Amino acid sequence: MLSRVANSLYWMSRYIERAENTARLVETSLQLLLDMRNLDEEHVAKQWLPIVQAAGDEEAFSKLHPKATGAAVTEFLVFQPDNPNSIVQCVNEARENARMVRDQITIELWEELNRLYLFVNSPEARQVWKQSPSDFFSEIKSASMHLTGIAYATLLQNEGWWFTQAGRFLERADKTSRILDVRHQTLPPRGLPGPINQTGVLEWSAILRACSAWDAYKSLNGADVHPVPVTKFLVLNEDFPRSIRFCTTQLNTALRRISGVPDGRFVNDAERHAGRLLAELQFSTVEDIFERGLHDYMDDLQIKFNRIGGALFDAYFFLSFAAQGETDFVQQEEQQQQYAK
Amino acid sequence: MLRHYKPNGGFDEMLDKSGATRAHYQKFRGLLEEISPDDFSQRRRSVDLSFLRQGITFNVYGDKKGAEKIFPFDLIPRIIPAGEWAFLERGLTQRITALNLFLHDIYHDQKILKDGVIPPYYVLSGKHFRREFVNFKVPQDIYIHVCGTDLIRGGDGEWMVLEDNGRCPSGVSYLLENRRAMKRSFPRMFESIGIQPVEHYPQELLKMLRHIAPGGVADPAIVLLTPGAHNSAYFEHTYLARQMGIDIVEGRDLMVKDDCVFMRTTKGPRQVHVIYRRIDDDFLDPTVFRRDSVLGVPGIIRAFRQGNVSLANSIGTGIADDKVMYYFVPRIIKYYLGQDPIIPNVPTYLASEESDRKYILENLEQLVVKAANESGGYGMLMGPKATREEVAKFRGLIAADPRNYIAQPMIMLSQHPTEVAGEFEGRHIDLRPYIIYGDKITIVPSGLTRVALRKGSLVVNSSQGGGSKDTWVLYGDE
Repeated sequence: MLSRVANSLYWMSRYIERAENTARLVETSLQLLLDMRNLDEEHVAKQWLPIVQAAGDEEAFSKLHPKATGAAVTEFLVFQPDNPNSIVQCVNEARENARMVRDQITIELWEELNRLYLFVNSPEARQVWKQSPSDFFSEIKSASMHLTGIAYATLLQNEGWWFTQAGRFLERADKTSRILDVRHQTLPPRGLPGPINQTGVLEWSAILRACSAWDAYKSLNGADVHPVPVTKFLVLNEDFPRSIRFCTTQLNTALRRISGVPDGRFVNDAERHAGRLLAELQFSTVEDIFERGLHDYMDDLQIKFNRIGGALFDAYFFLSFAAQGETDFVQQEEQQQQYAK
Repeated sequence: MLRHYKPNGGFDEMLDKSGATRAHYQKFRGLLEEISPDDFSQRRRSVDLSFLRQGITFNVYGDKKGAEKIFPFDLIPRIIPAGEWAFLERGLTQRITALNLFLHDIYHDQKILKDGVIPPYYVLSGKHFRREFVNFKVPQDIYIHVCGTDLIRGGDGEWMVLEDNGRCPSGVSYLLENRRAMKRSFPRMFESIGIQPVEHYPQELLKMLRHIAPGGVADPAIVLLTPGAHNSAYFEHTYLARQMGIDIVEGRDLMVKDDCVFMRTTKGPRQVHVIYRRIDDDFLDPTVFRRDSVLGVPGIIRAFRQGNVSLANSIGTGIADDKVMYYFVPRIIKYYLGQDPIIPNVPTYLASEESDRKYILENLEQLVVKAANESGGYGMLMGPKATREEVAKFRGLIAADPRNYIAQPMIMLSQHPTEVAGEFEGRHIDLRPYIIYGDKITIVPSGLTRVALRKGSLVVNSSQGGGSKDTWVLYGDE
């Protein structure tokens, strides 16, 4: 498979996953605020800023918006064209990558992604958003899940498929760690947290909902919501499809299917880092996590995910991206004969 | 539905001079009458939506937001009877045969120049004549593997060749997609009218690409080389690659080692034997042509010269597209084949011939002037429609560089009923059939009919407000 093609497949699914997770994050926060109507401006900012931090874009945000109001944060995360990770931009990027590998994906997958692209860029999208943000987010989430389903049901499960899997699960693992970290300021920096109040229960329930984990969590833990079992569930659970351990397992499998190297060995750094992280998650307890402190642990995980992403790039994609001026590139592509010759 | 249709004068494809429906349109009209206007516009909307959803769009340069547009598609098909198609097929086959012999000759012995049939100056000064390729043998002696020849019909319905596109002609994906859309919208018509199929185009193209593979390669690796996703024809590139089941590559995906071309894959380099390139000569190899090209592959020309990779179309075919060379095509046909052209040229004047130039400059207001190597409706003067300033500007241009200009009388292109805001009106059209030259010459029975959607306009290019129609070649004559 062409390296460039593998790269596009990887980013296509990564961006779809990113759009979906951002939708989850913003929606849950909006609903949480509905439960806390009586907050003043300062407290509102306290609720919203961590959302931006969770999306990993604090710097870009403060350049564009002086204050972390609800309107500013949602605009930034949903529509803002200058935020490369806004939902709309993620969809655009996913679609642009899909366009570059149009010959490698199925018509069904392409049409659905193109439909989503046309929707988020239409005036109708703003309208839906204004009338009911929750309808808007449902649209994004269901489109993303629909795309994942179409991919499962129609794509050849060949090498390219495993690149889409790697992109999907790396992104999902990273975003779960960021969502889980949203309320870390309410916890002691190290050690197991004590009992939490009613607001705390709402906040940690919101975190579960953001990961579509509410039902699965309840089935295992009952309705008792507390940071420790929530963390245990979202980080270490073996079977929940959005837990960090589950995602890392899938990522590790994808990497090994790409290279054909069995578990326990490695031929590149992506496999080495992923394998090591998986072992760590397999043999850690939730006490280990809180001993380090939730925030530090999550920070550390994110660094590891970045390292895996970087190593994947070096191992498979780097060669086709020898330093080239992107502007020259676009200009010359356009200069080539046009349809209407 | 076409009851209120009135031609605007000139040759009408559907109606004859008395206003009666021509024989080959009768079945279609009969079936169209069974569809209500509401139903018709419903089908129209669903076709537009499906084009948009599938991303069958072209890029508009310099337009950041909404950079993709669907190419307007008109639901009323253009119909050609079998007998007439057979005539066109003969004419196009004759033309591509002669053009290939011509290219072979000017890149080898240059007999046609030595015999004084074409003044050597015109060939040797051509912008797209590649002197580096003189005496280079191309695989199977084929230069133009895919040709898109633009045909028009004049006031009496007579067919003429407007220009040859022997470099990287595009648009065939629209032909194929238009047909699919029509089949979905009007399945009954296809059942009862009898229309020759076009779906085998990608197979024919692939067969040709296999035919030109370097000798001794049993199972050649074939790729399509695209400038990239920002190119206006990118949809077509992915479309054709997908239909043929071959990889689509960009220049940066390829590299040359030991005069062989390889693609960079996740499993290391893999050799490539045939390249269907949709990049112009100029950008193909920065070590030979434009040094600043970032789209090409350094060393690819050496690999081509060594016979380790085949290119379609070959290098240097652009000289046959030169509008000055067009003037000589009837002589080229006569010289190599001893025949008169089956489909004639449009009468043409060369600005570099003194008597012609005098005529051109005296009659600029009546003529269409074209730059020798421009396309897409650019670098062109439509005398009768131009302002005084435009005419004056071209007067200067022609005087300064006569080799670069030709002039032709303005041809009133034939017109065809076309839907305009719910009504049917006559609009001017042309036709671009696609000719594949492999072990034999194959012309898929159809072509891209382009239509000038602006009233009275004679410019059919999509960049200038043109659309397209499906083109039906019948099994019979009615």
